[in-house]
Amino acid sequence: MLNKMNFKKNRNQLEGYSPSLEETSPSVPDALFNKCPECGRVTLSAELSESLLVCPKCGCHIRIPARKRLLALCDEDSFEEWDASVYSKDPLDFPGYAVKLKSSRLKSRETSAVITGRGKIAGMDCALFAMEGQFMMGSMGSAVGEKVTRVFERALEQRLPVIGFTVSGGARMQEGILSLMQMAKTSGAVKRHSDAGLLYVTVLTNPTTGGVTASFAMEGDIILAEPGALVGFAGPRVIEQTMRQKLPKGFQSAEFLMEKGFLDGVVPRTEMKEKLTTILRLHKGGSSYGSV
Amino acid sequence: MDPYKRLQLARKNGRPSGRFYIENILTDFVELHGDRRYADDPAIMAGVGLLSGHPVTVIAHEKGGDIRDKAHRNFGSANPEGYRKALRQMKLAEKFGRPVLCIVDTAGAFAGMGAEERGQGQAIAENLMEMMTLKVPVVSVFVGEGGSGGALALAVADEVWMLENAVYSVISPEGCASILWKDASKVKEACSCLKMTAEDLLEMGVIEKVIPETQPETLCETLKAQLDMAFSALSAMTPEERCEKRYARFRRLGVFGE
Repeated sequence: MLNKMNFKKNRNQLEGYSPSLEETSPSVPDALFNKCPECGRVTLSAELSESLLVCPKCGCHIRIPARKRLLALCDEDSFEEWDASVYSKDPLDFPGYAVKLKSSRLKSRETSAVITGRGKIAGMDCALFAMEGQFMMGSMGSAVGEKVTRVFERALEQRLPVIGFTVSGGARMQEGILSLMQMAKTSGAVKRHSDAGLLYVTVLTNPTTGGVTASFAMEGDIILAEPGALVGFAGPRVIEQTMRQKLPKGFQSAEFLMEKGFLDGVVPRTEMKEKLTTILRLHKGGSSYGSV
Repeated sequence: MDPYKRLQLARKNGRPSGRFYIENILTDFVELHGDRRYADDPAIMAGVGLLSGHPVTVIAHEKGGDIRDKAHRNFGSANPEGYRKALRQMKLAEKFGRPVLCIVDTAGAFAGMGAEERGQGQAIAENLMEMMTLKVPVVSVFVGEGGSGGALALAVADEVWMLENAVYSVISPEGCASILWKDASKVKEACSCLKMTAEDLLEMGVIEKVIPETQPETLCETLKAQLDMAFSALSAMTPEERCEKRYARFRRLGVFGE
């Protein structure tokens, strides 16, 4: 459900690894009204939920829980979850990680930072994954890497297209080099799925950065993004430190990437299902001219 | 040796970088330039040479010698064109059926405005995908720093080796310290937490081999002999077998519960 936590400024959501005090302390759930982080105007929570958390006043795309997104996208009762029991361990005994994992589980009510499964979109079967920003900023450790890899492996077996939604601060520092290895592992699975002639569509949402951008987020045959989403390899603060200058407004926004040729489309959340339906329909089973 | 000392050694001014190994391991080296898309990135040196008489493609980070050379080579931090240049060389190696040797020495992929505008993430991602199914043998040797995605983009290989004092990490210890303790000076502690030494990575099964650091000349002789053996062994497999094995090598990495 919606609560105050969803209304932090987009840029604040970037610094991936540690939820602030404000975020971890209990907040008032199920508020009747919610204030938009961009325009500051107030909307009825029920209305905002109906619009998939797109502010009806200014169009700002507020972060949406992964599960809500998948359920809204798939035909009713068609989503079947995969590997829900996969969870993160603390292989390096990294300071504070165990506690952070526990608080992330409580906060997101999920067992890992990605939800995977299969479902139908307008009657068409597909494999799906959606990353969960409330779980350690969607960072990729071994559990995320394993689940995403399995999506592509299973989609290959079942000859399904894959549709994936990304939101991530990048590789999960707390699992050290094993997190980095997930970039190679997932990319390998994407490649095998791709070589079998199957479709992969990625939808980049705010923010998608670091190791996820540098692996499966940017490996789609078709790459879409939500309006205003920040997408990059290095985060804006890191670039500002390197360049010793302020970044221009809109740098690394979805619209900016579109202009630079790295996206196929910037699609509002409310139109996403329609767009994905059309894309899936156009990629159903090769050429109708026979073999070309 | 404590991990922080290793990090200092890996970064030490004057420590040989890519060019040194190219010059001392290969003969008849011909340097090849450019990504055919945008530019030539001097942070990555690439070309063809002979390893014990056999043609191999070599792709190496080069941090630079004197300060001008260092600036010219951006201290070994490549832009997207560097990774695209590397991929171009890998594809040439595939076409001509010769093995690929990658020499890794980078603090990380460059975090600049131009790099973002030209798709740093996309360039790295493409290398990871393409390297996984490259038909020829690939061996990556870490000779100094191995920083995150910028290192991995030259390390999706059949075998990954590290020199005794090289490091390989998901994030710089400085970055880790500033996130963990909001204090970039706690680098020492971060080095221990990250498990970034060759010893640690061998134990975790992330690399196949640690090369002892002897005198540079003997080190190059050792490397040359070991690479020659590895490429012979890898060449005895079919491309399908190699790709299957390479996939499995990365597939098993990760620790999770279920």
